[in-house]
Amino acid sequence: MTEPIVIGKELTKVYQMGEIEVHALRGVSLEIKKGEIVAIMGPSGSGKTTMMNILGALDKPSAGSYFLDGEDVSLMDGNQLADVRNRKVGFVFQQFNLLPRQSALSNVELPLRYGVDHENPRQMAIDALEAVGLGDRIKHKPTELSGGEQQRVAIARAIVNNPVIVMADEPTGNLDTKSGDVVMDILKKLNRDLGTTIIVITHDPEVAEKTQRVINIRDGLLEN
Amino acid sequence: MKLKKALLEALDSLLANKLRSGLTMLGIIIGVASVIAMLSIGEGANTQITSEIEGIGTNVLFVSSGGDATNPEPLTMNDAEAIANLDRAPSVSGVAPTIQGNVKISIPGETSNTTVVGVTEEYFTIRNVEVSEGVLINQAHLNTKEAIVILGSTTAENLFGSVENLIGESVRINDQPFTVIGIQKEAGGIGGSDNQVLVPLTTARSRLIRKESPGELDLIYVQAASSEEVDLAIEEVANILRAQHISTLGEDDFEVISTASFLEIASSITTTMTLFLGGIAGVSLMVGGIGIMNIMMVSVIERTREIGLRKALGARNLDILVQFMIESSVMSLFGGLIGIAFGWMISVIVGVVADGYLDPVITMGSIWLAVSFSLGVGMFFGIYPASRAAKLEPVEALRSD
Repeated sequence: MTEPIVIGKELTKVYQMGEIEVHALRGVSLEIKKGEIVAIMGPSGSGKTTMMNILGALDKPSAGSYFLDGEDVSLMDGNQLADVRNRKVGFVFQQFNLLPRQSALSNVELPLRYGVDHENPRQMAIDALEAVGLGDRIKHKPTELSGGEQQRVAIARAIVNNPVIVMADEPTGNLDTKSGDVVMDILKKLNRDLGTTIIVITHDPEVAEKTQRVINIRDGLLEN
Repeated sequence: MKLKKALLEALDSLLANKLRSGLTMLGIIIGVASVIAMLSIGEGANTQITSEIEGIGTNVLFVSSGGDATNPEPLTMNDAEAIANLDRAPSVSGVAPTIQGNVKISIPGETSNTTVVGVTEEYFTIRNVEVSEGVLINQAHLNTKEAIVILGSTTAENLFGSVENLIGESVRINDQPFTVIGIQKEAGGIGGSDNQVLVPLTTARSRLIRKESPGELDLIYVQAASSEEVDLAIEEVANILRAQHISTLGEDDFEVISTASFLEIASSITTTMTLFLGGIAGVSLMVGGIGIMNIMMVSVIERTREIGLRKALGARNLDILVQFMIESSVMSLFGGLIGIAFGWMISVIVGVVADGYLDPVITMGSIWLAVSFSLGVGMFFGIYPASRAAKLEPVEALRSD
């Protein structure tokens, strides 16, 4: 449980906005160990979203190297990144991003539609929904669920593939305090029970407090 | 399994915008319906014309004066007799010389214009003409130049308002009295021979149709012994007439046409017509396809966030491409199926309206063509929007509202 699962070395990201180059990350090195639950904190514009995109294999760094679970993500092409996301990463978004016309079950099954074939995707989805305490709401559509429940469906979707890390981007940002607490408790429980590495991106100190370690980022650099 | 899921999902997202999907499909529906209707009408016309020509008899040759010569000699009874000579034309099994002209036919209180054809006995076997009542013209009638007539069904209808119980009635043809001995069985069809009257060739020559030289003929029907011998018979007839007219060196002053060549001409005309109509209908199918492309572009823009999410969850570019291609294909395929039903209805209506003249035929071929074409249109016009969707960057797609 101690080997690092996320190894970023001198990660930089430069966006070209017309004539101007925006340096979102200016050389960030970090390691996150397997089984950790970590918060990446910073104000808006600090580069934490860019950080999440790179750590979640949604985007590649402009320079530097990134190893996720032993695979060098910084050298991959689009389809390889898609496979890595499918196998190793689960996402939880601030906006939930559920498909509104589909049931909770179908939403959770969605990642299983891509990548390798699964023996029994339906059962995997049911298990994931039970793990977040929604075993009795699998047929409900997102519009029939509360915000907190929708986010729990999203968490179930994130863990259905047994990923090595879960990236949660402001998971409580659209929720009231109580629902937010429930969501954080579920994330902690998953971390504790399943040993899933969890990275929470937030600007909320109260959320960050609930994690084991806080990584502060400001102006594209880590603060210590 | 995955494909089934993808299909269900495509259906679901199309149903999410029922009106929009329906209107988009309308373009394909109209396109396919018109393709089906046009092809079936063309096919119906082809069948109709073919069966009419075959009704004349497939082994029949039409011999007439004319050809490429500048001063053609008319056909005569001598020519007809020469062709009938088995030694000179072994492939010919029958010869029917005819003359014809336009006449006025009347009964007290009713007058009509019609075509009179002077015929011999052979005419009936070669042209496959039968009577619904009465008897045929025979050699005895010819010998005595009898003033008798067989009325075509339309002519009888025009004069008497009926086609029955007319035997023994008296009619005047160009003011000369003739006795009705038979009514020709209805032949049907567009240019059919129902508005004509048949009289003995000798009677026609002496009383009704004045020719410059004795024995002159308008048209000689020749029957080939079998369909295999049609070409041979044409050659024999041509050789005989060249000898008869002493035109072996110059251009032929006669024409020999077989029903087979009529068939060829007719089917090439109807094929051209069908292609033309089908082509125009095909253009409307294309326009329908552009409608699909248009709406798929809108759909891709609207669902950018969904595409971003799917990519974040591990969808490869190809997965997204296939998803949108399935949607456009499902839309055009359903449009195509509904279009076939509409096209079918149109062709049935055309068949009812053009009762007797045209019977539209829907072939399996035209259905397959319409289905595969509409599916092809959906895929083709779906490629561009789908590839736009597939190429979206996940990070940017997720950020969109």
